[in-house]
Amino acid sequence: MTNQEKMKIPRQAMPEQDPAVRRRNFKEVPLGYSKETAVLEATRCLNCPNPRCVTGCPVRVNIPGFIALLAREDLSGAYASLIKDNSLPAVCGRVCPQESQCESMCILGLKGEPVAIGRLERFTADYHRNSSRQEEDETPSAPSGKKAAVVGSGPSGLACAYELLKAGFAVTVFEALHEPGGVLVYGIPEFRLPKDIVKAEIDGLKKLGAEFRLDSLVGRLYTIDELLEEEGYQAVFIGSGAGYPKFLKIEGENLNGVYSSNEFLTRINLMKAYREDSVTPPIKGKRAAVFGAGNTAMDSARTALRMGFEEVFIVYRRSREEMPARAEEIHHAEEEGVKFMLLSNPVRFLGDEKGGLKAVVCQRMELGEPDASGRRRPVPVPDSEFELPVDTAIVALGTEANPLLRQTTSDLACSERGYIIADEDGRTKKARVYAGGDIVTGSATVIKAMGAGKRAAQAIIKDLM
Amino acid sequence: MPFRILEKKKLADQVYYMVVLAPRLAKKRRAGQFVIVRPGPRSERIPLTMVSSNQDGGVALIFQTVGYTTMELASLEVGDSVQDVLGPLGQPTEIPEKGSVVCVGGGIGTAPLLPIASALKEAGNHVLGILGARTKELLILEEEMRSACQEVRIATDDGSYGEKGLVTNLLRTELEKGGVDHVYIVGPIPMMKACAELTKEFNVPATASLNSIMIDGTGMCGGCRVSVGGKTRYTCVDGPEFPAAEIDFDELRRRSGIYRDYEHICRLRAQEEGLG
Repeated sequence: MTNQEKMKIPRQAMPEQDPAVRRRNFKEVPLGYSKETAVLEATRCLNCPNPRCVTGCPVRVNIPGFIALLAREDLSGAYASLIKDNSLPAVCGRVCPQESQCESMCILGLKGEPVAIGRLERFTADYHRNSSRQEEDETPSAPSGKKAAVVGSGPSGLACAYELLKAGFAVTVFEALHEPGGVLVYGIPEFRLPKDIVKAEIDGLKKLGAEFRLDSLVGRLYTIDELLEEEGYQAVFIGSGAGYPKFLKIEGENLNGVYSSNEFLTRINLMKAYREDSVTPPIKGKRAAVFGAGNTAMDSARTALRMGFEEVFIVYRRSREEMPARAEEIHHAEEEGVKFMLLSNPVRFLGDEKGGLKAVVCQRMELGEPDASGRRRPVPVPDSEFELPVDTAIVALGTEANPLLRQTTSDLACSERGYIIADEDGRTKKARVYAGGDIVTGSATVIKAMGAGKRAAQAIIKDLM
Repeated sequence: MPFRILEKKKLADQVYYMVVLAPRLAKKRRAGQFVIVRPGPRSERIPLTMVSSNQDGGVALIFQTVGYTTMELASLEVGDSVQDVLGPLGQPTEIPEKGSVVCVGGGIGTAPLLPIASALKEAGNHVLGILGARTKELLILEEEMRSACQEVRIATDDGSYGEKGLVTNLLRTELEKGGVDHVYIVGPIPMMKACAELTKEFNVPATASLNSIMIDGTGMCGGCRVSVGGKTRYTCVDGPEFPAAEIDFDELRRRSGIYRDYEHICRLRAQEEGLG
């Protein structure tokens, strides 16, 4: 097929659950490509000699490589190629912001629509998981005699563990919660990332020899120094996540009915409060306001709809253009009936006589000059306060640095805001201690954390071998 | 990661003592810290008090059956396992040396108070324990407190044991005498509030240990937030102990009731399932 012919094939749509149905269930929203659709979509790739898409990927997946194999219907070859670069393809194919990463660089996007790289990644991983070929998974390379500890089993920790296992390290992953996966299990909802998929990816790491120690909070049960000096680990990677929820710091924030998105989502995702057989109390109400406009805000709003809230608002102080969430999440939220209250900033919460939330007072904003982030700074419109009656408020403004490891580790250099200082390769100021993900950069994405975990593993291998 | 139950006994109506095998935790725990426990694979995560640990790796927990999850925990027997025990959590108690201190415990609050009192005595303090309960049968750990303190005084609401009345009366008497360097308070919120006000009146520094609603216990959910000196703090990571005079107990009381209706439903469910 010539490039001309390839460019005539339209980008293949992804079948999805109907918005009117899915807004009340927790099943996955996009249904995935069929094999035929995936092969057709893969055929669109021009296989550029200098693929720009790869430069847009934080873990540098050889994108044209796996897509070319897919186009030739070599599905196991495509998976083998993909998994070399990315330890969690079924996850990334679902949650990466492709439109601002790989797909934004695709040459086809200049005149038409880019190759649906994320959807192909998802298809390749799902096809592999659902086929019987899994026994052929790669086996760990010869043991190197080295032993590393990974603190936290979220995206950065899993990516780091994967690279280390491949290099023959014995790897122990310490997780504070009762399930491994970090934000993949407590934060991202089932309808966006089914938990069976996370479990399958973690089982893959176990097959490679990773040991997961749950209910193990590093900083308390073991300090970093103890892991290095007493427990025999030659290196420690910290991928603990930032952890601490950020609040608005406005009047009335501790009223009953005001929650962090972490709490709201953890109750539903990790503790399964949406299921009849769970005993963890779910958060219920009629009208919810969600503050923020990132992926977590969209997840919270869409989860609230599924929990039976009648009206759910996203309250955001900037305009649509500045919303940091993936385009697909914003689109899905809108389709499901989430209402967007843009250029609105919460000023204080109002309570009833019992201390329950009654309303949030907001003010209108307008966009002024660009600020440090390059986005236009929102400024309040005088005398524009208004009341939004809600019984539930969910604050999804990102996280701050959890102080535990800073307080309990000797010589661990941190920034003024408490984030661990590490170089591009994840080396901290403390020998044999590496770090990556949100505890270094502050709130970011799954794939950026994975990139950091992978680079840190490469640094550990280089420094120790 | 299941944790085997080595010992279990009932201390009073609805109050249980349970020892679980958790060697690393037993070694690392210090006075003032707590654990998050999940009895079974579909259970809620709940914060519980550690009262002691031993050389054989046992960690002793004390809990009251107030809702589904604690009833579920109480239904387990020696030889069974608890699904998850996470800890030690929270900041350990700051233990001063060679002072004169008063430890006030109300009801089940005596459980977290015991390791604090022991640590205080070991550090050379003179420790007076003041224990309160609604009635004699509900008083727990009296013997243990007597060995952890130089002196123990007791008050019961109905006068069935010790003095009749509230612990605040006994605390007031002590503060009036003078010479108290620090007061440690653990118990129901109204009792802690009343004691905190007394210590403020006498200008004696005091510490209260809180038991807020929380999920992860590691600083992630923010559900346990409490106003201390006008600032929001997290009980799980910044606490569980805070300067008593600065705690907004009214807010704490209100926030502890967030799930009251749900707890009621769960208790009924537990009874239906034969747990309590």
